[in-house]
Amino acid sequence: MVNPRLMVWLKGLAAAAVLTVALGGTPSFAQSGEEAAHATDSVEQEAGVHEEKGLPQLNTKTFASQIFWLAITFGTLYVLVAKVGLPRVGAVLEAREAKISGDLDKATALKAETDAIVAAYEKAVAEARASAHKLLNETAATADAAAAQRTADVVAGLAAKQKEAEARIEGQKQTALANVRAVAAEAAGAAVAKLAGIEPDQAGVDGAVDAALKERA
Amino acid sequence: MATDPLHQFRIEQIVPLHLAGHDISFTNSSLYMVVAAVLVTGLLVAGTASRALVPGRLQSVAELLYEFVSGMVRDNAGTQARPYFPLVFSIFAFVLFGNMIGMVPGTFTFTSHIIVTFTLAALVFVFVTLVALIRHGFHFFSFFFPSGAPIALAPILIPIEIISYLMRPVSLSIRLFANMMAGHTMLKVFAGFTITMIGALGAVGWLAGAVPVAINVALIGFEIMVAFLQAYVFTILTCLYIRDAIELH
Repeated sequence: MVNPRLMVWLKGLAAAAVLTVALGGTPSFAQSGEEAAHATDSVEQEAGVHEEKGLPQLNTKTFASQIFWLAITFGTLYVLVAKVGLPRVGAVLEAREAKISGDLDKATALKAETDAIVAAYEKAVAEARASAHKLLNETAATADAAAAQRTADVVAGLAAKQKEAEARIEGQKQTALANVRAVAAEAAGAAVAKLAGIEPDQAGVDGAVDAALKERA
Repeated sequence: MATDPLHQFRIEQIVPLHLAGHDISFTNSSLYMVVAAVLVTGLLVAGTASRALVPGRLQSVAELLYEFVSGMVRDNAGTQARPYFPLVFSIFAFVLFGNMIGMVPGTFTFTSHIIVTFTLAALVFVFVTLVALIRHGFHFFSFFFPSGAPIALAPILIPIEIISYLMRPVSLSIRLFANMMAGHTMLKVFAGFTITMIGALGAVGWLAGAVPVAINVALIGFEIMVAFLQAYVFTILTCLYIRDAIELH
């Protein structure tokens, strides 16, 4: 509570003061004979309270007055402080306390509200993101299916066309082969007629051509 | 005359008054008691005149004083001592303002008179004893025998405890009075050295006389601290006595 070193200081200073009073006080009392006379006069003039000898604190004649006025001033001060002063200061402090805690409550409520709004916003964003993702997936799947369908269709169409083309090629090949036989038979008949001078019968020529074709094929 | 260090403690009549054979004259001491009471009340009332949310200077001082004493009562006397806060506040403010007004040259320090500090200490003593008696009744007297001490020691312990209890107002009052008186006397003695040196040594005296003035500059700061500290000590001991009265150890 009170620093012990400080108390040592205080005691030392008090002792020094008392010593200096004892040493320095004496001459002033001794040297002022005139003043002492004047003081005696004033003591006689003013009734009692004005005592010159010794410590003023030990002059019991002043005690009644000091106690009386202390009681009056301290009593009045106590009543004023207890009834007026402290309630006023207390009211100001309470008003500030109430204002601060009110503001804090308001701030807390507003923060809760903000947090709720932020949470709702984040939820909405998450939902939108999820639905967008879903839509994207669905669209991709549909597009993939459509693409596969079309590829299959195209493949099937191409296969049909190929088949048709192959059939046509085969037909034309047969036709060409038939034509080749007729031309070969005619050419063989003409060659025989020219070389042998005889008209070969149609059946013998055809048989020989067929045999030759078979040999070549 | 000017170098008498005790001159400053003299009681001077201002308005002579008598009541039932007692001299109750209005004196310089009474004047500064009134000044202290007016200043304390004025500070509290003027400080809260605007009731500002953000306090101005005067309001800050009033609030600081309020919260300082309030904290002192709460920490040292306990929460049950709240009803006695106005009394403790009055004591602290009255003593503090009395001490501080005394630091102004030419004023009178009413707390440098033993009768004033003793009356205040006696008020505290009687008040604390009454609080203890009202709260605990006859049980209060167990305060003078520490619980747990061997019964055989009672003849020694009880007188010691009673004497130490009765010495409380004495130590309380003498501590404040002696500190204020010693400090003020010392200031005056050093100031007196300067006057004496100038009177005795002439031109050299003016030079040498500066030394006590320099010492006094340091002492004034020290005395302002003592003025606050002694008001604080007086009040904190009051708080501790109130705690004893409430809790009986």
